[in-house]
Amino acid sequence: MTGSFRFGTPQILFGLAVAILVIFVAVPVLLIFFNALWVNGSLNIADMVKVLSERETYKALINSLILASGVTVTGTIVGTFFAWLVTRTDLPYKGAMKVLFLVPFMLPSFIGALAWKMLLSPRSGYINRFFIETLGFPGPIFDIYTYQGIILVETMYLFPFVFIQVCGALERMDPTLEESARISGADLFTITRKITIPLVAPSILSGALLIMLYSMAHFGTVAMLGIEAGIYNIPTLIYERIHQSAGSFAAIRTGTVLSTVLVIAAALIIWLQNRVLSKGRYQIIAGKSFRPTEIRLRGLRLPLLAFCIAYIGFTIVLPTTTIFLVGGLKTYGLPIAVENMTFDNYHHILFEWDLTRDAIWNSIGLGLAAALITMFAGVIISYVIVKMKVPGKGLLEFLGMLPFSVPGSVIALGVILAWSGKYGINIYNTIWIILVAYIARYMAFALKANSAALEQVHDSLVEAARASGATMWQALRDIVIPLVRPGMVAAFFLIFLPALRELTVSVLLYGPTTRTIGVAIYTLNEDGETVYAAAMAGVALIIIVTAEVVVKRVFKIEK
Amino acid sequence: MTSVRIDGLSKSFGGRKILHDLDLTVEAGESFTLLGPSGCGKTVLMRLLAGFDRPDAGTIRIGDRLVAGDGADVPPDRRGLGMVFQDYAVWPHMSVADNVAYPLKIARTAADERDRRTRRAIGQVGLAGLEARMPSQLSGGQQQRVALARALVSEPSLLLLDEPLNNLDANLREEMRFEIRELQQKLGITVIYVTHDQEIALAIADRIGVMDETGRLRQVGTPDDVFDRPIDAFVYRFLGVANFVPMRRVGATWLFPDGAAVWPGEAPGLAGEHATFGCRPFDIELARDGDGLAGVVRRASFLGAQMDYLIEAGGVTFRAATDSRRALDPAQRFEEGETCRLAFRGSQWFDTAVADIEGGAR
Repeated sequence: MTGSFRFGTPQILFGLAVAILVIFVAVPVLLIFFNALWVNGSLNIADMVKVLSERETYKALINSLILASGVTVTGTIVGTFFAWLVTRTDLPYKGAMKVLFLVPFMLPSFIGALAWKMLLSPRSGYINRFFIETLGFPGPIFDIYTYQGIILVETMYLFPFVFIQVCGALERMDPTLEESARISGADLFTITRKITIPLVAPSILSGALLIMLYSMAHFGTVAMLGIEAGIYNIPTLIYERIHQSAGSFAAIRTGTVLSTVLVIAAALIIWLQNRVLSKGRYQIIAGKSFRPTEIRLRGLRLPLLAFCIAYIGFTIVLPTTTIFLVGGLKTYGLPIAVENMTFDNYHHILFEWDLTRDAIWNSIGLGLAAALITMFAGVIISYVIVKMKVPGKGLLEFLGMLPFSVPGSVIALGVILAWSGKYGINIYNTIWIILVAYIARYMAFALKANSAALEQVHDSLVEAARASGATMWQALRDIVIPLVRPGMVAAFFLIFLPALRELTVSVLLYGPTTRTIGVAIYTLNEDGETVYAAAMAGVALIIIVTAEVVVKRVFKIEK
Repeated sequence: MTSVRIDGLSKSFGGRKILHDLDLTVEAGESFTLLGPSGCGKTVLMRLLAGFDRPDAGTIRIGDRLVAGDGADVPPDRRGLGMVFQDYAVWPHMSVADNVAYPLKIARTAADERDRRTRRAIGQVGLAGLEARMPSQLSGGQQQRVALARALVSEPSLLLLDEPLNNLDANLREEMRFEIRELQQKLGITVIYVTHDQEIALAIADRIGVMDETGRLRQVGTPDDVFDRPIDAFVYRFLGVANFVPMRRVGATWLFPDGAAVWPGEAPGLAGEHATFGCRPFDIELARDGDGLAGVVRRASFLGAQMDYLIEAGGVTFRAATDSRRALDPAQRFEEGETCRLAFRGSQWFDTAVADIEGGAR
């Protein structure tokens, strides 16, 4: 390039994109690494190892690994089995079943954990009490405060990651591959084992890695069910340390060291997933939909249907009903019977109690603000990455990828480090620090949706505007923005909906008046206000499900 | 009306030199066509003219104004030109009228004036009545007309057209190229048209510039010039199907490759012992007898408008063509296996080897 450097619109956009990513994403993450690795002004790996070899941190690492592996294995089996059942067999009501299996994606898992605690806690859980008191069992039939309990609950909410991927692959697979095996004399079960499964293996693996990524960094379920029995994973230990010590140096250091481990693990998983995906896009999985051959279940048809209905009843209907019923109890522990029911709890949290009312408005306000800001920031950054030919774009792409691999608790901790007054701005304990963290956390969604939309806008459309006399700003305003609007709308709701039920980030950042819905449910439960926690969870479920359904109806957004 | 002057223009992308030290002047009011094979840099030249890319060296002047090079860098929106893109680039979210009115809206033209000129431009390209349609409701040809109207509406002094007819079917392409030519003459604007299709170039241009793969301008001249008086074999070959025959000189006579047949026409004034003789299919006249080159018809295909022959003569195979009127006359029609005589109404001689010509073009 010849000519002197010009300061024009491209440079402003580029600068803006870099500034947003650096301030909201890079600085918090770098501060984590810095605090983890630097002690008293010098690099100190030994000290990091020392922190990691402390009994509790070491145990948290092991627990994260055990829980994530367990959930990954069970979730993958469950997800693959149901995906096969609804795409490749003659199971009745397959279409409805497919939709129902995706419902757990809508429900926050910590609310599910709360429900299962009420059902299966060893002494007070309703199911255990039923078995002990009514059927005369000597002890609880299942203790939810265990590794198995946590894995069970997480599986219920995470298996759709595999389910979606495998359904997609099975539906797009060219049936002639199976038919030719059939002509060669193989029976359908041999074909499934020898042809189908190997061909969809990349999708299974990719879904499994998503489960692992999510479970490794998962806070809610482990916090609800594990802390009681002393089971901590990395995010819950970070929370415990930061919360108990009110930000002491030792706690922050433990947090940053654990976060570093978490980020490295997440990066590794994402790297693996990219490799699986880049290798796994065989041509056999064509773009168009085929009508695959179906296995006739024969005598198993009705038993399997009953099994699916039982599974859905057990994992979706039972916990949801429990939440609403317990939320209506006069006191926790009373039998669920009409004479013990009241609407007072719901009335109280919706109209009387500032704590819960604030929480609802905080979550809605935070969700809207984060979605709006991140959507616009996402457009600018995606535009620079996808459309502009500027030096230094590689850095931007890297920064844009960063949010994909940074778990929520790490972002929260990084935001605490960056915005607690050490660098001039102190917004700790205010609603703003949660907003800043949400922007960082959901940036990846905005970039994904907007990049996809921008790639559809051909360069010549913008150039035609420039040749028509439009400045770059005018071309952006009149051509680019209107054309990427669907991507922006998608980004908005991809952020707003999860932000409504967010817990991991806000639980580390909330102050006395800045609880979110998730935090309110979590703290009410911690404080033993179980009926209020349940009532609040019920209200949250109504808000979340209504928002999801309305959005999907109106905008037809595919996740 | 504006002239365009390009001096010493160079541009590289990723270390690959696309244009090197290019000079070109397009007169005001002229329809100028840049003709060249794909990848020859003609689109790059367009983008430099429009201001989407900056030259590495050299200058571009539009009218008297320096727009690129020598410290000047006028952005595309200030160059006052109209441009039509190969893929139309009609904005899918705007109606026909909104697409066409956009340049006027940007220029803050008064509303009534804007409406009047928009309607006129839409009428000029024959889309009157379709103002409210969205681009998705238009055919490819109609979209191309929208793009043309949009480029014309602000009455630019310079119109750049980058292979705008490529994506159209043959009939529409033919129709549109005459319409563009007509509009250009009616409005008197300067047009620079980029294409790799010699038919369009010949039909539309006052002057043609023929570019080769290395981004060099081989010849600039009127359609007659480049077609009939090509400066070299590359230009000759690029402007249409041609026969090339390696000839050998013995004394004052030129022999065909079989070493026996003698060139029947006037000998070219070439000093070397070897040369290439070129002629187009329609340059060959077929007769039953006479003193032309003796040959045998190997294949005769009736193509409707013309009769196409493959004829073996002088140790090579010629492609010859006659128009249908003659081909349908049994007396002048040749069947496969018949002998014939070839006379050459037109010919070009080059001191280049055939292999270099065949390898060097397309």
